[in-house]
Amino acid sequence: MTQSTVNSSPAHTTKTVRKDNWWLEPASIALGFTLFIIYATFRAFENNYYEINQYLSPFYSPKIILEFWKFSPAILVLWIPAGFRATCYYYRKAYYRSYFMDPPACGVGHGGGSSYCGETTFPFVLQNLHRYFFYMAALVVLWLWKDAFDSLFFQGQFTFSILSLVMFVNVVLLSNYTFGCHAYRHLVGGKLDCFSCTKASQTKHKVWQFVSKLNEHHMFWAWMSLFSVAFTDFYIRQVASGAYSPMRIF
Amino acid sequence: MDNYKVIEHDVIVIGAGGAGLRAAIEASAQGVSTGLVCKSLLGKAHTVMAEGGIAAALANVDSEDGWQTHFCDTMKGGKMLNNYRMAELHAKEAPMRVKELEKWGAVFDRTKDGKILQRAFGGHKYKRLCHVGDRTGLELIRTLQDKGVHQGINVYMECTITKLFKDGDTISGAFGYYRNSGEYVLFKAKAIVLATGGVGKSFSVTSNSWEYTGDGHALAYEAGCDLIDMEFLQFHPTGMVWPPGVKGILVTEGVRGEGGILRNNKNERFMFKYLPESTRHEFAETEAEASQWLEATLNLTKSTARRPPELSTRDNVARAIYTEVKEGRGSPHGGVFLDISYQDSNRIKQKLPSMYHQFKELADVDITAGPMEVGPTAHYIMGGVRVDADTAQSKVKGLFACGEVSGGMHGANRLGGNSLSDLIVFGARAGLHAANYAKELKGKPSINGKEIEAEITDLERPLNAQSGQNPYDLHKELNHIMSTYVGIFREENDLVTGLDKLVELNKKLDNLKVVNNRTYNPGWHMCRDLKNMLICSMAITKSALSRKESRGAHSRLDYTETDKELSKVNSAVFKQDGEMKLEHTPTLSMPEELAKLFN
Amino acid sequence: MAKVTLKVYRGDKEKGEFKTYEVPIEDGMVILDAIHYIQANIDNDIAVRWNCKAAKCGSCSAEVNGKPSLMCKTRLDRFAKDEVITVQPLKTFPLIKDLVTDVSWNYEVNKHITPLTSKDEGEWVIYQEDIERVQEFRKCIECFLCQDVCHVLRDHDKHANFAGPRFLVRTAGLEMHPKDTASRTKYLKEEGGIGYCNITKCCTEVCPEEIHITDNAIIPLKERVVDDFYDPIAKFLKGLFKK
Repeated sequence: MTQSTVNSSPAHTTKTVRKDNWWLEPASIALGFTLFIIYATFRAFENNYYEINQYLSPFYSPKIILEFWKFSPAILVLWIPAGFRATCYYYRKAYYRSYFMDPPACGVGHGGGSSYCGETTFPFVLQNLHRYFFYMAALVVLWLWKDAFDSLFFQGQFTFSILSLVMFVNVVLLSNYTFGCHAYRHLVGGKLDCFSCTKASQTKHKVWQFVSKLNEHHMFWAWMSLFSVAFTDFYIRQVASGAYSPMRIF
Repeated sequence: MDNYKVIEHDVIVIGAGGAGLRAAIEASAQGVSTGLVCKSLLGKAHTVMAEGGIAAALANVDSEDGWQTHFCDTMKGGKMLNNYRMAELHAKEAPMRVKELEKWGAVFDRTKDGKILQRAFGGHKYKRLCHVGDRTGLELIRTLQDKGVHQGINVYMECTITKLFKDGDTISGAFGYYRNSGEYVLFKAKAIVLATGGVGKSFSVTSNSWEYTGDGHALAYEAGCDLIDMEFLQFHPTGMVWPPGVKGILVTEGVRGEGGILRNNKNERFMFKYLPESTRHEFAETEAEASQWLEATLNLTKSTARRPPELSTRDNVARAIYTEVKEGRGSPHGGVFLDISYQDSNRIKQKLPSMYHQFKELADVDITAGPMEVGPTAHYIMGGVRVDADTAQSKVKGLFACGEVSGGMHGANRLGGNSLSDLIVFGARAGLHAANYAKELKGKPSINGKEIEAEITDLERPLNAQSGQNPYDLHKELNHIMSTYVGIFREENDLVTGLDKLVELNKKLDNLKVVNNRTYNPGWHMCRDLKNMLICSMAITKSALSRKESRGAHSRLDYTETDKELSKVNSAVFKQDGEMKLEHTPTLSMPEELAKLFN
Repeated sequence: MAKVTLKVYRGDKEKGEFKTYEVPIEDGMVILDAIHYIQANIDNDIAVRWNCKAAKCGSCSAEVNGKPSLMCKTRLDRFAKDEVITVQPLKTFPLIKDLVTDVSWNYEVNKHITPLTSKDEGEWVIYQEDIERVQEFRKCIECFLCQDVCHVLRDHDKHANFAGPRFLVRTAGLEMHPKDTASRTKYLKEEGGIGYCNITKCCTEVCPEEIHITDNAIIPLKERVVDDFYDPIAKFLKGLFKK
């Protein structure tokens, strides 16, 4: 490992003197992400078992069927939530630490050197487009609300199943994650310097306060919604393949 | 001998707390070249420990307030021993200085109608303290620091001044060393402003940091100034008492301003019995009345209820706590209980955030759930360099003083919140008049090279010594003497014994020994700090001996009453023929229109 | 009497070693108390900065067992019994001696930030809800622990290109001040180098004042920079509606 040269002194000769298990957090995050990415990639390309009756998997929603598109329709949609999460301020922190080890943990040295550019050059300068992904991801989440409501009706009849419940929980978690986004927090009011100045800014202040509350636990919502979206898809896959039942209640 | 750096400015300000920074800003605004020298890094000065607020009669919360009331409160708090003119200027100019701070970036807490919020404090008739939670001092120093930085003041950090030079009776420069490198430095200047703060490090239990070694007091004394009112050393009633490592650390008066209640181990709200007759009528008579006042305060409404007794002046509350503990009604760790936990916990965290963290992290006490243990701690010296009220100039031409190092403003006892306002009011005045003095001065006063050589030899003695005492041991001894013989309650025998011991200790100063070289060597730094602390300690003890009465912060067990004759004099310590002399000088008499205000 | 063992760096930039000290423990003792004990009783010349001893001035920053901390609030009873505690100076700044580093770079960076600029000459009316954000940033005690832990400075030596979390916090306090009219986004993008921050949040983790440096200061500033430099659609729409 290269050590910083400018500030070198005999006081700091090792990577770190931390004695706690500082590697545990980045390692488990790397494991979690990797497992999810493997599963999501497999499902996106599987192009099967994503829809049964009134139930549609969140990986394939909104369902876009195009004449010329010969591949899985999931690919037409998944880039939106993938891009939203990849440019998300929380996920950035997590993968810069876990995958890039830059830094792996606080006060722990790593492959340093002055070639570091952070988010000033390509490709990472594109992180600045996070808000565009937010706009699109927000539409996707609204669509998933529609899917959840649709799951309550089969052939015009009201019905309720555990699977619908799972879909609702999922979309609540996704909403809390999506609408607690840092970019949204900025756009909705954070950009103002004066909250009290006009009637409009007073309203924005209230929304900003609400978004700020969600934003405080952005990491929590990020992980919960990641689990729930995978689980919802998994459940629908199992139902569609005939392995599980949607567990209808009435 | 040319082994020192030479730096030249029109005005040199020594000390970069609130007063020093404000003085430097004002001087440089006048267009003179200004240097600011400080012992610590910029922005770390003891001003950050001022928590509760800045007293200024803005009348934002209590519209009846005005400079006249503030002036009267200050004079009464100082037991009429104050330099009336300083108290007058202070009361008149504080509001303007506070508003100026706001324009420079200070972000005060607000009232509902968008003005600067003000809270109640001991000895202030109305709610008068502009504040930012309980970190007002930090806000003040950061604001001034940033203002100064962008104005282009030259700052010399971590530099200790050890000597002032005069050309005849005119100030000509200052000499010192950089703490980092040990390199010596000579500042040539036309005017010098002392803003070095206080002397608390002479006591074992103190709210003051290592910087508070009375450097400015000692420098001025050596240069021929008078040190007045040195017997008046304020013990803040509420310092932490446990754990041992943090004993003495300040617990802001803001806790009481926000409704904090003092109780002894019998659960008695004891402050009711310690209110002096002269001010008793200003305070609540019953617990019910006190809680009525509090309720109105919390809701920002009006009430005819009077203030709770906890908001009596500091001298009074400190004595009360000391007495309760001494008579066996103290808390487990030798303090009393200060309780704010009966209030909503979110409000406490919002109004007193740093107190909440301080107790939680350092003492494992959650102040929103239970009481704190508090006791008196050496906090502030009212006495200091005698200055002219309007110009802040001392007896020595071109030598100015402002803030805690100056004397007269606070008389026998300082009100909480009057310190931060003192800093900015007289900091600005000192800076202005130092700049004017420098502009008008013809020619450059000179510095005698021999004096510099002598100073270097003196400074290096402990480094060159073959053997000698550990300066830290001497410091402990000094702390012990001052705390034992010159504490909150004093009497003749103790003071005489204390003075004898100080004289003995002073002799040992020539026999110190430290290891290593001058590069960031705290042991070596301590040697010179000790000399300054001893000068101040002797001045305090001598002055205390001479005042055979009890007044303000000076309480004599052998003279428990105030003395009419002594109400007309200030004690003044000065150096004559190499010896410390003391005389009583008459106080300034107030003009008719101010005297009328007290009727 | 119970004792604690400390390994403290003694020396300067070129030469030095970790010296082991045994210090008797008192109730509630902090690392700084232990260093003071060493100073008063063992090695008078051990260099350490400190002032208030109450976590209000930010002087006594050091690295305790590898974690940037204020020595005055790091309690000894937070460590396991018999644990040897390592105390190092800050890594990100040039070492002067023992636990003292040269932090003057920070003061230079500060000079480059546009101060509060306002055209409002009258008496200011400001409401509490408009300054709450700013007040959080103004809690900063300039301990420079965030600067020390930030890998952009610590490992990549970007001192010349990046202002560091402390000064992004100061800038945020100015940018969000209700009376301020200056814009600092160009400064942030160029001289301040906000793009170097990859929001890995170590600054927030070490902040003794618990300022949410990343979420409340740096990210909102990054978004303001996006407004001015990376959001062509918004710029276009804004231009459209202005005409």
